[in-house]
Amino acid sequence: MSRKQKAALVRIIITAALTLLLILIPAVPESGWLRLALFAVPYLLIGYDILIEAVDGVLHLRPFDECFLMAVATVGAFALGEYSEGVAVMLFYQIGELFQSVAVGKSRRSIGALMDIRPDYANLEGEGGTVSRVDPDEVAIGSVIVVDPGEKIPIDGVIISGTSTVDTRALTGESVPRRVVTGDRVAGGCINVSGVIRIRTEKEFGESTASKILELLEGASSKKSKSEDFISKFARIYTPAVCGGALALAVIPPLVSLALGGDAGFGIWIYRALTFLVISCPCALVVSIPLTFFAAIGGAGTLGILIKGSNYIETLSNVRTVVFDKTGTMTKGTFSVSGIHHPRVEESVILDFAAHAESASSHPIAGSIIDAYTSATGSAVDRSRVTDVTEIGGQGVTATVDGVRVAAGNGKLMDALGIQYSECHEVGTVVHVAFDGRYVGHILISDEIKPTAKEAIAAMRRARVKRAVMLTGDKESVGRAVAEQLGADDVYSELLPDGKVEIVEKLISEAEKGEAVAFVGDGINDAPVLARADVGFAMGALGSDAAIEAADVVIMDDDPRRVADAISLARGSMAIVHENIAFAIGVKLLCLLLGAVGVAGMWAAIFADVGVMVLAVCNAIRALFVGKYDHRKESK
Amino acid sequence: MKKTYKIDVDCANCALKMEEAAKKTPGVAGAVVNFMTLRMSVEFDEGVSPADVMKSVRANCKRVERDCEVFI
Repeated sequence: MSRKQKAALVRIIITAALTLLLILIPAVPESGWLRLALFAVPYLLIGYDILIEAVDGVLHLRPFDECFLMAVATVGAFALGEYSEGVAVMLFYQIGELFQSVAVGKSRRSIGALMDIRPDYANLEGEGGTVSRVDPDEVAIGSVIVVDPGEKIPIDGVIISGTSTVDTRALTGESVPRRVVTGDRVAGGCINVSGVIRIRTEKEFGESTASKILELLEGASSKKSKSEDFISKFARIYTPAVCGGALALAVIPPLVSLALGGDAGFGIWIYRALTFLVISCPCALVVSIPLTFFAAIGGAGTLGILIKGSNYIETLSNVRTVVFDKTGTMTKGTFSVSGIHHPRVEESVILDFAAHAESASSHPIAGSIIDAYTSATGSAVDRSRVTDVTEIGGQGVTATVDGVRVAAGNGKLMDALGIQYSECHEVGTVVHVAFDGRYVGHILISDEIKPTAKEAIAAMRRARVKRAVMLTGDKESVGRAVAEQLGADDVYSELLPDGKVEIVEKLISEAEKGEAVAFVGDGINDAPVLARADVGFAMGALGSDAAIEAADVVIMDDDPRRVADAISLARGSMAIVHENIAFAIGVKLLCLLLGAVGVAGMWAAIFADVGVMVLAVCNAIRALFVGKYDHRKESK
Repeated sequence: MKKTYKIDVDCANCALKMEEAAKKTPGVAGAVVNFMTLRMSVEFDEGVSPADVMKSVRANCKRVERDCEVFI
């Protein structure tokens, strides 16, 4: 508890004790000035700040907030001689406020701990190996910083010495620490777990991952949801309306009664009107609805899903069509060996010789073949086996490996060497291989589907997505093949970036009313589509500023399953919002009715008010517990 | 220019009120209050002094929500 909360608690306890004493001690007079003076002590102790706030509100021309309602109701109760009830209303109101503040503080700390990626300092290595602690802002690009175990990596850079494991949970939501060695790139905001590492910084602090993410997190929720708008408009009309209602209740029935020749009974009706005011306090709604959205956005952040505003939570919950880009979203966007076809010798021999022949080349295709070789054999290429390397631009390479003349390249190379080769029927880049002028087969290199992509679409369906549509700039045959493998409903191929916008517009126009269309892309050339869709998801967008700018939701760990997580999380949060609206308004209406006819007194009113608020706040805080939406939990 | 300030406020609705008040302050191009992280990020108009603008932001916030603080 903070100091402020402790002070509030002390006030509540003293007031409660004093009031109880005043009620129980028989010496306290039943009425009169002495009784008023005695009860005024706990009343002012518990309510002075609310009275000040109410007067302050009227002075600043914004009356009709909850403090005003409380002040009028309690002052009114005192005027009627209902002193204990006046004190009780203030007391319970303060208990409700304190409860709310403690609950929010607790959840805030639990989120804060997970989101705490702001590095406070950097250990800058100076000349001669001296290390000094400096503000991360002061570290220039290319400096060397030292990160001890347990410290946060302050700035993005490359490890120049040391091995360690880093915890990237705060950045990606990924809880398994990642092993890093010299030469690896690490992002600021990760926690260095096990060893001392020295890093050469590659960015300024302000451009570093940690700063970018903080900017995203802190800039979130700039856009209000319809529910929040509804609540603030509701409160604006609602509070004056109840005040009017209360006034009518205090004046009209007695006047009618007088006109009919009966007793006016002002006291009873004013009391009922005041009860009406207490019940009508809208705090349960105005507090719990924004709290739900704040909590949901915070909770999503801990899963590595950054949602840019509460309005997107609302839209996300209505997503029934997900459109996604193929390359980089459902596929890795990097090229790797996907098969060796028509082999005339052992496949491993083809890969071995081709990898060695390509070992001097810096072409990405060569890199893919070498990677495939190292991951298959566990050993690096042995350059000493290779001689006479000739690289022929646009065709391939020839080289002598273990005394064998190896040619590896495209059809043109084979033609140039006069070697017969077989065409490949699958899509991708083909590297034909020949040993000593004899064709031995070809290696197919294509973009790899992410291992989680298929599960991602299945998860979307479980999240009640009706249509999963894939867009790609690739050829029809590739698009179809991938879409079929993933289980997508539709595929549109050979699209230019403009074409993607058109398709998304078409899908939006086809969507039923109240249903939203989401677009998921890796951010490269996707900015217009991200902006056009009802909700734009950028995948692993830490590299692409344009995507971060244009997207509404940023998925930090590149895993397409997060799309479904985000949709279910949003749906869960909206359920909480709707529950709270229905519950609070329902209970209020019921109590207003009971209050108006005199069944519910002020005690019932204040219990209803504070009780509804406490329950609504508890319910809102549920939005923080996002574990159940995390796909990783499901798979375990 | 954009700067982030720590704030202190008790309820989510009050945070929204502060955001509205900050946005309406002259010299402020945009403002966002994050209640969960208790931070206000303020985008300033060209050529204003953030220190001066923030003084009026704080005053305006206090006008709508007496019990709040902006740490400048």
